[in-house]
Amino acid sequence: MTELTKLTLAEARKGLAAKDFTSKELTEAHIAAIEKANTAINAFVLATPEMALEQAAASDARIAKGEAGALEGLPLGIKDLFCTKGVRTTACSKILDDFTPTYESTVTQNLWNAGALMLGKLNNDEFAMGSSNETSAFGPVVSPWRRKGSNARLVPGGSSGGSSAAVAADLCLAATATDTGGSIRQPAALTGTVGIKPTYGRCSRWGIVAFASSLDQAGPIAKTVEDCAIMLGAMASHDPKDTTSVDLPVPDYVAQMKASVKGLRVGVPKEYRVEGMSAEIGQLWEEGVAWLKAAGATIREISLPHTKYALPAYYIVAPAEASSNLARYDGVRYGLRVPGKDLIDTYEQTRAAGFGKEVKRRVLIGTYVLSAGYYDAYYLKAQKVRSLIKRDFDEAFRDIDVVLTPTTPSPAFAFGEKSGDPIAMYLEDIFTVTVNMAGLPGISVPAGVSYEGTPLGLQLIGKPFDEGTLFRAAKVIEDAAGRFVPPERWWLA
Amino acid sequence: MHVDQGTVRRVARLARLKITDEEAKSLENEISVILDWVEQLKQVDTSTVEPMTRVVAQEMKKRVDVVNDGAIADDIVRNAPMTEDHYFVVPKVVE
Repeated sequence: MTELTKLTLAEARKGLAAKDFTSKELTEAHIAAIEKANTAINAFVLATPEMALEQAAASDARIAKGEAGALEGLPLGIKDLFCTKGVRTTACSKILDDFTPTYESTVTQNLWNAGALMLGKLNNDEFAMGSSNETSAFGPVVSPWRRKGSNARLVPGGSSGGSSAAVAADLCLAATATDTGGSIRQPAALTGTVGIKPTYGRCSRWGIVAFASSLDQAGPIAKTVEDCAIMLGAMASHDPKDTTSVDLPVPDYVAQMKASVKGLRVGVPKEYRVEGMSAEIGQLWEEGVAWLKAAGATIREISLPHTKYALPAYYIVAPAEASSNLARYDGVRYGLRVPGKDLIDTYEQTRAAGFGKEVKRRVLIGTYVLSAGYYDAYYLKAQKVRSLIKRDFDEAFRDIDVVLTPTTPSPAFAFGEKSGDPIAMYLEDIFTVTVNMAGLPGISVPAGVSYEGTPLGLQLIGKPFDEGTLFRAAKVIEDAAGRFVPPERWWLA
Repeated sequence: MHVDQGTVRRVARLARLKITDEEAKSLENEISVILDWVEQLKQVDTSTVEPMTRVVAQEMKKRVDVVNDGAIADDIVRNAPMTEDHYFVVPKVVE
């Protein structure tokens, strides 16, 4: 039955509708795969097989009655940043301990309303702070991909490393993820999966553990562009509980994906040809240009002059907002408490024991740049630079419809290769972070493999709320490049 | 921008984070390196630029001023480490 796990979300949906198999069978196949693989991959921090089977039975009953929802009976993985009612939610931090929400995040509620079911909670970097999934309190996730002729464990990217690895290893049909500086697109690129960060405001942030509120967005990681389009259509909504959520109808992304790219104007930013970018990434980028051109798009070089300042500005804005958001973890209302000699000492000991190294580092940087006398020099300056980054895109989008760039500057790396040097790790997000700073939508689509045999991705950046164009252009790349799956399913051996 | 250990400790105190001597020492270097790296923003002329306050131009929405939730005290204290009669219990603050 493990063959059922090889299906895409769209194929599984078709199979359920045609009664080729039941949701129970589909769900059991995934549960069996998780049981076999999770020790090696560590993608799930909590599996919920009983709940999944209950939901599958209910879905099968609805399918029999002809009342199937858009995602009826399809088993998904949920990043542990999404609050799930009655199911432990930790953000992969010790400080949340065994926090069990009494409410459901809007995005996951939308998925359940569409009939989807949950296989469990997925690993991520602690509070989504990382690019390799090495900062998780539950230990790192191992990528299902390996370098040719090597058994060295590679990272699945981060922070949504559990989501990317689980989808690439066929442990779930698709997964939810979140992206603050690249946390959907970078892990998708490193695992041969597709990931989209929609426009800021497209998905509700309500019930998602907050990292940097002006940058955080939810989105899917899935096996194909079409699967991502199906998932985003179900996840997105207007939500009065999130004042930054936009009151715009959710379009039919699958229909938009199928339109031609003839006449589409694609911009290639010269500032993204950065020093230290590997030659194979440059080659891949050129291939992407050629595929879009062959499909009828026109290509032009554009300039986004403030690109190089996006990452340093991000490392002021994100820690500043994080230090403020993470102030709530004080050992009083939920989560871990380490008793101290007085209230302040309780706070300080609880936070010392509960937060990991990278989280502490960012809380301290954030506190520093927001402290008296420094606010203007750091946070305000960074927010001004952010206006300039947004202006660069606004000006470019007068002449083009979509921007094409690589997703990452280099292929997947091994454990420990970058974890000793915070700035080397931060540079993983060099091509993705501009998109969050400007609030734009961005998608990563697999486009080739490195000399080492590991997957590489291309990124498309769109105008606000023009996710449809991203799906349309990404489909052209997917059709030309083909799908990329790990050559060997070693994790099931 | 170099921060010394004293500054690291002061900031840790503001952030309500107990740090060991060893942590203070390594954070001194790590934070200094990161602050040096963000110094490059000084090269950008922002004298005529407004700071970004929202990524999507839209009016701040306000909800109707009515009670639309409540009577969920059990839910609110459910995950607390220590409670008594729907109160959060903390160490004594006033002697």
